[in-house]
Amino acid sequence: MKLTACRMLKILLPLVLAGGLAAATQAATYKFADQGDATSMDPHSLNESLQLSLLGNIYEPLVGRGKKLELIPLLATSWKQTEPTVWRFNLRQNVKWHDGTPFTADDVIFSYERSKVDGSDMKTKVATVKEMRKIDDHTVDFVTNDPFPILPDTINTWYIMSKAWCEKNNAIAPVDVRKGKENAATLRANGTGPFMLKSREPGVRTVFVPNPNYWEKVESNVTEAIFTPIKNDATRVAALISGDIDMMEPVPLQDIEKLKAAPALNVLQGPELRTIFLGMDQARDELLFSNVKGKNPFKDKRVRQAFYQAIDIEAIKTRIMRGASTPTNEMIAPGIRGFDPALNKRVPHDAAAAKKLMVEAGYPDGFEVGMNCPNDRYVNDASICQAVAAMLAQIGVKVNLMAETKVTYFPKILSRNTSFYLLGWTPDSYDAQNAIFALLMTPAPNGQGLFNLGSYSNKRVDELGKAIASELDQTKRNAMISELFKIHGEEFGTLPLHQQALAWAAKKNVALVQLADNTNQLKWTVVK
Amino acid sequence: MTTAATVRASRLARWRDSDLAYSFRRSPVAMVSAVVLALCLGAALFAPWVAPHNPFDLATLNLLDALSPPHGMEGAKAGYLLGTDDQGRDVLSAIMFGARISLLVGLASVLFAMVLGVSLGLIAGYVGGKLDAIIMRIADVQLSFPAILIALLIDGVARAVLPRETHGGPIALFVLIFAIGISNWVQYARTVRGSTLVEKNKEYIQAARVIGIRPMGIMRHHLLPNVLGPVLVLATINIATAIITEATLSFLGVGVPPTQPSLGTLIRIGNDFLFSGEWWITIFPGAALVIMVLAINLLGDWLRDALNPRLQ
Repeated sequence: MKLTACRMLKILLPLVLAGGLAAATQAATYKFADQGDATSMDPHSLNESLQLSLLGNIYEPLVGRGKKLELIPLLATSWKQTEPTVWRFNLRQNVKWHDGTPFTADDVIFSYERSKVDGSDMKTKVATVKEMRKIDDHTVDFVTNDPFPILPDTINTWYIMSKAWCEKNNAIAPVDVRKGKENAATLRANGTGPFMLKSREPGVRTVFVPNPNYWEKVESNVTEAIFTPIKNDATRVAALISGDIDMMEPVPLQDIEKLKAAPALNVLQGPELRTIFLGMDQARDELLFSNVKGKNPFKDKRVRQAFYQAIDIEAIKTRIMRGASTPTNEMIAPGIRGFDPALNKRVPHDAAAAKKLMVEAGYPDGFEVGMNCPNDRYVNDASICQAVAAMLAQIGVKVNLMAETKVTYFPKILSRNTSFYLLGWTPDSYDAQNAIFALLMTPAPNGQGLFNLGSYSNKRVDELGKAIASELDQTKRNAMISELFKIHGEEFGTLPLHQQALAWAAKKNVALVQLADNTNQLKWTVVK
Repeated sequence: MTTAATVRASRLARWRDSDLAYSFRRSPVAMVSAVVLALCLGAALFAPWVAPHNPFDLATLNLLDALSPPHGMEGAKAGYLLGTDDQGRDVLSAIMFGARISLLVGLASVLFAMVLGVSLGLIAGYVGGKLDAIIMRIADVQLSFPAILIALLIDGVARAVLPRETHGGPIALFVLIFAIGISNWVQYARTVRGSTLVEKNKEYIQAARVIGIRPMGIMRHHLLPNVLGPVLVLATINIATAIITEATLSFLGVGVPPTQPSLGTLIRIGNDFLFSGEWWITIFPGAALVIMVLAINLLGDWLRDALNPRLQ
């Protein structure tokens, strides 16, 4: 009896030890941090990079992006144009939602309907689609208004939701974050993605666990991923250095060199496709936040040009961005299809000329204007706004700066409750059309101009924008894009500032894939 | 004219001959603290005239001067003795202007707490009974929370109640003064109540009551002057605490609006640059805060000892 027990122990002990060791190398808790948090777990409620990047672990689009930003099949296995205005998607078979129910064409059609209603921020993604037809359980046709050759490029952050789950949980329509509403999908999630939402505490932590029934084997060995927003730069850096977290972004520009020198850390840097710009309300007859009454100074091109020329972008680059930015005159970054280097020359910084323009426009003593700015969304966003305010003070404009967290900032500016604001935009289709449609065309109910928050409007820009969407000839299309940006630039419809640089930092034992649109996918994250 | 001068001269003489002045002359710590405090007060009070720059006048800022190290270090720009911050603001001027806000909030909140605490203490002590019980139980409950927590709570509630547009304005300053004041009234109330309980049974109060003076009058004219001594000592020390509380709240980002940075706000802003070697943005405001609070504390300590009959 005793002998058997001893022998059993001899046999069992190595097994237990080996098991324990194996678990130690295999299982990995991965903690990552960002300066802000997602506003909701509803993938249709806000079209914002961090939110979509986080939710991209739980929900999936039909067509995704690979490590080199190439299109890869996710929920759709193949797609082709059957007619000029019809795209056919063959859906992946045997995919299960996290709650175990099967994924079918009905879910795609449901998601399409869900994205069109009020409260959805995904209207721009489906605006070109006239109707969606179910061919069979695993085939759908997208019928577009006009030929839309780049459709598959434009839906990689348009996530599919479960029809049954949304109906059961009373979340048929996304709720409007702008109005501060909530529903079941705000705090819970049921996707098809490689990770599942374990728990969600807004502003505190969001926990992801792997989906054991995922349709593909993923590289990641993460068994639990904990996301924490850490707004304060120094705290975020300290958390990484002290080992509390495994990865964080963005690295404060002033700390890049220090973190690079740390032996246990890696800094991943790269250019980002995001363009940071300033927008001005050009629609109202009187600005909401200004001391100019009875007229809107931003309707005057000279005022917009004066603002542009008053901004010393090189000083912002060297002092605030510490060299980690590329000043731009175009609303899209190099690397986006349609970018025209010939148009990327900035009108020179000239405070005297700007002052003169203000005098000509009838504002020799300047005026007061309120400015809205996030302080946890883009790299050094609030500092940029402060610097702009100081530069505008030199031409007599008194800027009343309201810098706040994006959770309160986005609802405010998205309801156009602003006169002057800072925003950044990455065309996630990697094509100029996305920026043109969302930022530059006149706002319309179908989602056009949904992020044109100053309601800049130009007939020719609208015509060109429409034509660009359906033009197949690449040379003609590029010429139209260039013409459009030229008009927009000459009118100073918005004030482009720069493209920021990406900077992530992680422990050396964490392997990450950094995409130029700043998405960070857990399925490619390996903790060694 | 002559009489006024004589009165002033005699008052000065009376102060020079008093125990307090004697004790002051005998205490080098008190003298040094007083000089340092006078310097701080002067710099803060006259900041708009003596500061080398005006950090709130955006038109005078030059971004190209940003992050210049303090005078004497490599790469320092002329005219910025303690260097500049990330927006090109002169750190020395920012400290002088910031000290104004810190001192203003400190003094105003102590005054508010004192008025509230002394009044409630007097009433509780003099009236007694149920009213006394109610006021002192509230005080007990409040004393079981740290003052900073109560200040945070009031500040948070005010932010939720007031419309967003007012948050950056002068109302934010009043909210802060109110929040710090309300979190500190208990000490005054307890001290005054204790003294009142002792004083109210003395003959002069009974005499006042007999000749028919109303309770309000007795409290104001007879009790108050006789219970105020310890309160003044308490207030001196509390100014330092109030300044620290304000700095803490501003450091946490719930204090004064960023357009009127106090020392705490400056320390918070500079904190982001601590890792990257631009230490002067946070160290100098921090040092200024420490020096100012230390001077007030030392002076308060001396005052307490000087007024304590047992130590003489």
